[in-house]
Amino acid sequence: MAAFLTRSTSLPISPGRSHRWSFAKPSVVPGFGLTLGYATTYLTLIVLIPLAGLGLKAASLGWEEFWRIATDPRTVHALETSFGSALIAALANVVFGGLVAWVLVRYNFPGRRIFDAIVDLPFALPTAVAGIALSALYAPHGWIGAPLGQLGIKIAYTPAGIVLALIFIGLPFMVRTVQPVLEEFETEVEEVAATLGANRLQTILGVILPRLTPAILTGFSLAFARAVGEYGSVIFIAANIPYKSEIAPLLIVIRLEEFNQPAAAAIGAIMLVIAFVMLLVINLVQAWSRRRFGDGS
Amino acid sequence: MAVDPSAGSALAAAPRRKLAAGRSVPTSERPAVKWTLIGIAVLFLAVILLLPLVAVFTQAFAKGPAVFLKALSDRDGVAAIKLTLLVAAIAVPLNLVFGVAAAWAVAKFEFKGKAFFTTLIDLPFSVSPVISGMIYVLLFGANSALSPWLKTQNLQIVFAVPGIVLATIFVTFPFVARELIPLMQDQGSGDEEAAISLGANGWQAFWYVTLPNIRWGLLYGVLLCNARAMGEFGAVSVISGHIRGVTNTMPLQIEILYNQYNFAGAFAMASLLALLALVTLVCKTVLELRFGVAASRRH
Repeated sequence: MAAFLTRSTSLPISPGRSHRWSFAKPSVVPGFGLTLGYATTYLTLIVLIPLAGLGLKAASLGWEEFWRIATDPRTVHALETSFGSALIAALANVVFGGLVAWVLVRYNFPGRRIFDAIVDLPFALPTAVAGIALSALYAPHGWIGAPLGQLGIKIAYTPAGIVLALIFIGLPFMVRTVQPVLEEFETEVEEVAATLGANRLQTILGVILPRLTPAILTGFSLAFARAVGEYGSVIFIAANIPYKSEIAPLLIVIRLEEFNQPAAAAIGAIMLVIAFVMLLVINLVQAWSRRRFGDGS
Repeated sequence: MAVDPSAGSALAAAPRRKLAAGRSVPTSERPAVKWTLIGIAVLFLAVILLLPLVAVFTQAFAKGPAVFLKALSDRDGVAAIKLTLLVAAIAVPLNLVFGVAAAWAVAKFEFKGKAFFTTLIDLPFSVSPVISGMIYVLLFGANSALSPWLKTQNLQIVFAVPGIVLATIFVTFPFVARELIPLMQDQGSGDEEAAISLGANGWQAFWYVTLPNIRWGLLYGVLLCNARAMGEFGAVSVISGHIRGVTNTMPLQIEILYNQYNFAGAFAMASLLALLALVTLVCKTVLELRFGVAASRRH
């Protein structure tokens, strides 16, 4: 803090210098060099160098070894479980998160404020707490698990449990991306549709839904990305059986505990690459839908 | 082209008469549909979000207050609580300083590569917590290139507190910056320019002009950062080594108790973190309602 004080008083020279160099527009506000320099250094040390280290470690394996780890049946199963469950959970969140956003924005009902506030719970509640709470609820003797068990439905310690935990984790991403777009939606557009003879369902599907598409895609990709890497809430409710209900992050932990760092690094790198490619595709679809349906968010 | 105003009002009155007769207006759903949708949404939120929260507190006191207190007051429990507080006390201020610096640079200046810089700040959000912990194990662990040097310096990072702090900083990295950047961009730099043209130095402009403008957003970012810092499980789990009483944070202690079938103890520890989450949510709601802090849509 003291450094800030002494440095910033001498800094008004730096915008002038950077103007000649044309890296930044000149400004009378001081502190550009100090704040950007500090932020970049901190970012590089904490985030960029360690992440690059993961890439280097995976690259140092050599292609053959990397391919052997990537195609190992246990790795493939774990990746399928992680990405498959994340996909199902994100799709479920499109339906239920969209519904929740709609109900919270469009209708007034007792307790609306409280339900609106509670949507953020998964952001604030530690994943381990969510994990043990969900598994206690859905276990064979739990409040929900017991009645479901009588119907012959098992959720805890099955792949369905993984999806349930990922729905919990992803829900606020969907609701909080769709909600602001719905709030700013001009109801006049709906009136026009109604005047032109559309019934309510036609208006919702043909007028409102297309405008929400970019926001829904954003919410979907955020929920999906979060769910793919999720660990804490899942391991308590999944039975963690290899080839069945073992998620990729858990396999990384197991490989690290076996001191098999190369395998752990390779699985981590594969996860990052797949997630990156999927988000890239979603971003492209989103850019297309923005052009097609207008800027919805 | 003059339009008879009475014709317009007659048209507008038509749907209202319909409404009065109990029929639906074309721009809203029928009451039956509306209440069904509300019912489904409320039931979904209650089962998915509310019930787990209720379960944490009821399970915590299921075996009575004595078991509850014992889980929190035994040696390992106290050590876990202390470590969690210590880690948050280091990680949150560091990310706070970074967040303010990054937001100042992004919001007050135009420079090349700004979009790229902001994207990089968000990067830790899209990395799995387990990978966040692993990158430091690879960098500072027993087989790393840095390992011989760390040994000569007698520095232990992996399976020790510094590693836990690093992993926590990584996962909570974007919170404050994410909250401040849009807020400070909306405010522009006109106020600061005025202060500086009136003779204030940069530090005075920040302290007396910028900080009062951003304090609620800043507080909100710190709250979220703190909640995540105290509750982080995956990243910390990978790097801590689970040494009881030494490198166990509260979430890791929950896992140990749970795996020992000490459910009441696990839920007692969990209830403290759930309480923290509730306080965070209440503060967030109050900040939004009273000060109009824009809710962050990305975490």
